[in-house]
Amino acid sequence: MEDDRLLRGHGRYTDDIGEGALECVFVRSPYAHARITSIDVTAARDLPGVVAVYTAADLPFGDRDLPLLIPHPNLTHGRTQRCLASEVVRYAGEAVAFVVAESRYVAEDAAELAQVDYEPMPVVITPEAALRAEHLVHDDVPGNVAAEMLQEAGDVDGAMAQAPHRLKLRLRYERGAANPMEARAVWARWSEAEHKLTIYDSTQSPTSIRGGLAVLFGLPESNVEVIAPDVGGGFGPKIMLFYPDELLVPFAAMQLGRPVKWTEDRQEHFTAVNQERGQVHEVEVGFDDDGRLLALSDDFIHDGGAYTPYGIILPIISAAQLPGPYRIPNYRVRFRDLYTNAQATSPYRGAGRPHACFVMERTLDAIASELKLERVEVRRRNLIQPDAFPYEVGVLWQDGNMTVYDSGNYPELLDRAVKLLGPKPEGENVGMGIAAYVEGTGVGPYEGAHVQVLVSGKVMAATGNPNQGQAHATVWAQVVADELGVDVKDVEITSGDTRRMPWGIGTFASRSAVLVGNAMHAGARMVAEKAKKIAADHLEADPADIELAGGRAFVKGSPDKGMPLGAVAVLSNPVRYAFGGGTEAATQFAGRSRPGPPLPDGEQPGLEATGYYSPPGSTWASGCHAAYVRVDPRTFRLEILKYVVVHDCGRVINPLVLQGQIEGGVAQGIGGAFYERLAYDDDGQLRNASFMEFLMPYATEVPPIEIDHIETPSPLNPLGVKGAGEAGVIPVGAVLASAIEDALGVPITEMPLSPLKLFELSQAGC
Amino acid sequence: MKVNGVEHPAPHDARRLLSDHLRHDLGLTGTHVGCEHGVCGCCTVLLDGAPVRSCLMLAVQAEGHDVTTIEGLARDGEPLHRVQQAFHENHALQCGFCTPGFVMSVTGLLARNPHPNALEIEEGISGNLCRCTGYASIRRAVEQLAR
Amino acid sequence: MGPATLLRRVKPAPFEYHSPESVEEACELLSSLDDAKVLAGGQSLIPLLNFRLARPAHLIDINRVGALDRIYERDGGVAIQALARQAAVEDSDLVARVCPLLSDAVRLVAHRVIRNRGTVCGSIAHADPASEIPAVLLALGGSVVARSARGVRTIAADDLFSGVFETSLAPDELLVEAWFPAIRGKHAIVEESRRHGDFALAGAVRADDRLVLFGVASTPVLADPADPVKGLDPSGDLEATPAFRLHLVRVLTDKAFAA
Repeated sequence: MEDDRLLRGHGRYTDDIGEGALECVFVRSPYAHARITSIDVTAARDLPGVVAVYTAADLPFGDRDLPLLIPHPNLTHGRTQRCLASEVVRYAGEAVAFVVAESRYVAEDAAELAQVDYEPMPVVITPEAALRAEHLVHDDVPGNVAAEMLQEAGDVDGAMAQAPHRLKLRLRYERGAANPMEARAVWARWSEAEHKLTIYDSTQSPTSIRGGLAVLFGLPESNVEVIAPDVGGGFGPKIMLFYPDELLVPFAAMQLGRPVKWTEDRQEHFTAVNQERGQVHEVEVGFDDDGRLLALSDDFIHDGGAYTPYGIILPIISAAQLPGPYRIPNYRVRFRDLYTNAQATSPYRGAGRPHACFVMERTLDAIASELKLERVEVRRRNLIQPDAFPYEVGVLWQDGNMTVYDSGNYPELLDRAVKLLGPKPEGENVGMGIAAYVEGTGVGPYEGAHVQVLVSGKVMAATGNPNQGQAHATVWAQVVADELGVDVKDVEITSGDTRRMPWGIGTFASRSAVLVGNAMHAGARMVAEKAKKIAADHLEADPADIELAGGRAFVKGSPDKGMPLGAVAVLSNPVRYAFGGGTEAATQFAGRSRPGPPLPDGEQPGLEATGYYSPPGSTWASGCHAAYVRVDPRTFRLEILKYVVVHDCGRVINPLVLQGQIEGGVAQGIGGAFYERLAYDDDGQLRNASFMEFLMPYATEVPPIEIDHIETPSPLNPLGVKGAGEAGVIPVGAVLASAIEDALGVPITEMPLSPLKLFELSQAGC
Repeated sequence: MKVNGVEHPAPHDARRLLSDHLRHDLGLTGTHVGCEHGVCGCCTVLLDGAPVRSCLMLAVQAEGHDVTTIEGLARDGEPLHRVQQAFHENHALQCGFCTPGFVMSVTGLLARNPHPNALEIEEGISGNLCRCTGYASIRRAVEQLAR
Repeated sequence: MGPATLLRRVKPAPFEYHSPESVEEACELLSSLDDAKVLAGGQSLIPLLNFRLARPAHLIDINRVGALDRIYERDGGVAIQALARQAAVEDSDLVARVCPLLSDAVRLVAHRVIRNRGTVCGSIAHADPASEIPAVLLALGGSVVARSARGVRTIAADDLFSGVFETSLAPDELLVEAWFPAIRGKHAIVEESRRHGDFALAGAVRADDRLVLFGVASTPVLADPADPVKGLDPSGDLEATPAFRLHLVRVLTDKAFAA
C-alpha cells in the first residue's frame, strides 16, 4: 500500500520537509568524561548566517534533568542527562551547544567556532570496569550500580547441590547499534496566531512526544501536533524521549518564529543515539545424565551507559527470556545495571533477547559436549511440551506481570527446523548450529484506532502508532477491510499522526500487529455494528440479518435489498442541508422509517468509531533457526551455506510482510554476530563511527534464508496474532556461535565474532 | 545541468553537494542521504546514465551533465518503471529509505547488462545498504528483471 | 585516536573552486596557489572534505580538462589517463588483453557505483596503503607521468610511493597518466577484506615471480615469495592485529603462487 509513493521517490521523511526551515548543528563533547570549565559561543554567534546559538544557560529548562521514562523500584540510582550539558559530560557525543543557522553548511562552520574547555576525568568504558568501580561515572552513585535485581523460581541451591553434573560458563555479548538508514530528524513550526506547535519527528512514539512537549511548554495537548511521517527504519532507538533535539528544535522554532529543522548525520547517530547490548553472564547449570536441566543460575552485569532514561527494561527482558522454550525447574537470575561512559542503552531489535538466547543455547551446547550427546537431542529433551500452556516461567516480565507463555508448540518447531536444514553438506570445516527461542511480543499498555466510513464509501483508519517500514498500512487495511466487507484498496491508513489519532503508545517490541491490529479490529467491528443498525433501520430489517460485503450493506440472502456502505454513512449523519455527496438522503424531508428523534438516543453522528485494545499479557511467539556454515581455517572467512527459520507468530495476517520481517531480522542478526561491533578505546572514543568502519552487511554477506511457519493462535486476542518484528534477529548469534564452534573446534563464548577473533581463538588453542 | 530532462541553473555555492542541491534546491527529495560519506548508496543517481553517489559530487560538477533521479524514472500519472514495478511485486522495500538508491543502482546495472546472472546481481546490488529487507526480496526483484 | 574523531562533520568547509579546462591551466593553478588539492573522481577526497578532515583552501577540479580520459597502448603496455574512470578500465578490452592483472585489480576496488566515478590515477595519487591499484603498478614495474608548469617527468613506481597517503609527486605536479606494462606470464591479485568491496586487511599481487604486498605497510611493498613476511612490521587496527596480518600474508602468498 505504501509502495507506490515510496518507489516513486514521493515518500515524505522528516528531512524532506523544508518550507524555509533554519538548520541546526550540535556542538558535542569530544570527551567521554570531563568537567566543562568554560563555554564561549560568541564567535559562533557572530558568524554571518547564524541565527542563534543556545547553551544550557540560555534554556528555561536548562537545569532540568530529562525524564526517566520507565521508573522501577529496583532502579535505585536512576540518572538522566540534561538537554545541554553545562557541568559534566559523561559520554563522547553528549550535547553541549546548539547552533541554528540559515543553512547546515554555515551551522557547521559556526559549530567549529564554539570554544568549550574541558577538564578530562577518568573514563569507565566496559561493564567489567564499571563493576570494579575504580572510577565513578556519577559521583553520587556508589559502585556505578544503577539497579540490582534478584529473582528465583524454585530452589536453585538445593537442586544444584544434588545435580549429577554441573558446569560453569562465562559468556559475553558486546554493545550493538541499530543504524536505521534514515538517521533521526526533527522539524518544528510555531504558529503564534494559532498558538500551535507542529512537529515532524522521525520517532517511534509521536503520541508520547506530544504529551511531553505539552507539559514542557505549558500548552494544552490539542495545541501540539506531532507527526511521524515516513520513518526510514527505527529498530528501537527512535523510541526515546527526549533526545535533546526533540526539545531544542521546537524551542528554537518558538523563540525565532521560523520553522527549524535538525537532521542527524551518521557520525552523530553513532555517538549520540542510544545503543544496545553489553552484557557479561556468569552461568552455573546443573543437569542429569540425560542432559535434562535441573537448575540454572545466572548472574549478569549490564552495560547501561552513562544514563538510564529507558529504565532497566533491557536486563529485565534478558532475565525473563533466558529460559526460552526450555523447562528450567529451578531458575535464579541476578543482574546489576551499571553506568559506563558511553551512550545510554535502550532497546534495539531483539532488546536483550539475543543475549538471553545466546546464554541459554551456549549452555545447552556445553551440556551436549559434556555428555557427548547430540545437540538437537539435548534441546528436544528440555523443551516445554505443547500441553503445558499457559506456562509460568516464575520471573517478572517487562510489563510488570509474571512471565506466562500463552501458547506454542516448541517440539514441532525443532523437528521442522532439523528437517528443513537437511543433511550436512560435504567438505571440511563445515559446522551445524541450531537455536530455539521465544519472544514476548505485543506488550501493553494499549493502542487505539479510529475508523470512519466516508460518504464516498472509502474507509479512513488512523492510529497514533507510526510506521517505520513494517508495512503497517497493508496489514491494518486488511484487518479493517475484512471486518467491513470492503475492498482493501478502499481503506486508507494514517499512522503516527496525533491530529488524526491522539492516543496511543508507539511502535516497539513487536507489538503493532497485536495491539494496533486488534484495535483496528475493534474499531472496525464497532463501525460494522453501527452500519448494520442504520441499514436495518432503513431497510426495515433486523440488524442481525444485515450483511456487509462487496462494499454494501444488505439483507442476508437478498443482495438486492441493500445499499452501498457510503449511503449508510450518509444516513448516519442526519442533516438539514444537503451539501452533496448524496446527503439529500439524510435530510429531514427525505422520509424515515423509524419514529423518534433523527439521531436516536445514545447514538453519535457519523459512521465512525474508535476502538482500543489493551492486552491482558504478552503473546509469546517462538521459533527455531538452524544453519550450516563453512569457516576457512586459514583466512577465517565465514560462509553461511544454508540458513533455515521455522517460526510461529500465531495467526499470519500477511505472509509476504512476515517473510520480509524475518529475512530482515536475520540479516541484522548476521551483522551483529560477525560484522558489526562498536569499538571503544580506553578513552571512551568510538573508533569506528562511520559506515566505512562499522561493517553493516551488504547483499554479498547475507545468504538466502529458507522459512517455514507453524501457527498456534494466541488465545489472548481476537485475531489470535503474535508479534513478529524481532523474531529474525534473536537467535542468530547463538546459531552462528554453535555452527562456528562446530566447524573450527574452538570454544565460542562471546559475541560478536570476526576473522580476527577466530584467528586469535585458534592461536590460543594451538 | 539537466535534471530529469529539465535544464536548471548551476548552484552558486561551490561546496554544495549534489545530493543537497537535488534535495533542497530543486525539491527532488526522493534522493535520500544516509551517510554522506559514500558508503550507504541511498543518494545514488544516474549521471549521464551511470549510477553515482550524489553525496560524493559537488553540485557544480554536474553542470553540463544529465542527472536522473528516482522522480525521473516514471512521471506522475504514468505506470511505475519496470524496476520499480519489480520491487513492488517482490515486497523489495520496507521503510523505503534505501529504495530510490537501489532502484537507481539496479537501473544502471540493467542498462549495462540486461541479463545479469546471480553473481552479477549480487555484485550489482552490493554497493547499497538496506537495513530492513535482508536483501532477499531485492535479489528476487532483480532476478525477475534479469529473466 | 583522540577526541579529534568527533570533529567530523558532513558538509565541506569553505574552499575556493577552480575548474581548469586544460592541463596547462591546471598546472598553472597548482603552481600559483598555496594549499590546493586536485579533484578527479573524488571518491576518496570528497568523503574527507565532507568530514572536514581535508580542508584545502583551493580545490582544482580537473574534470573539465579535455582529452584526458584516454586508455591507450604504448611502449608495450597500457596507459591510463587521469580522467579514465575505473569502470572504463574495468570494461576495456585493451586492458583485458594487454594487462589483465589490472582488470582483475580494478574489480576489487569498492563497488561499481564508486568505480563509475573513481579514477585509476586518483587511486595512485591518493596512495592508500591498502589500495589495489598502486600495488599492481609496483608489481608490474610501471610508472606515472607528472606534469607541472616546470615540465614533464616520468616517475617509476619504485620511486613513487613514499608513505601513508604520500607520494613523491611535488605539490605543483599533476599526475596525468599511469603506465602499466603488459603482463603475459602468471599473475594474480588476492586479498582478504571484511566485506565485499572493502579495503583489504592484507593483499598480494603476483606478476610472474614478483610479489607485492598491500595493506601491510605504509606503502605497497615488494616481498620475497619464499619468505614474504621478512622485514614486515605491519600495524594493527580494529580488524587485524600485526600477527593476523603476517598470517594472512603467508596465506595470500600461497594462494597467489598456487595458480
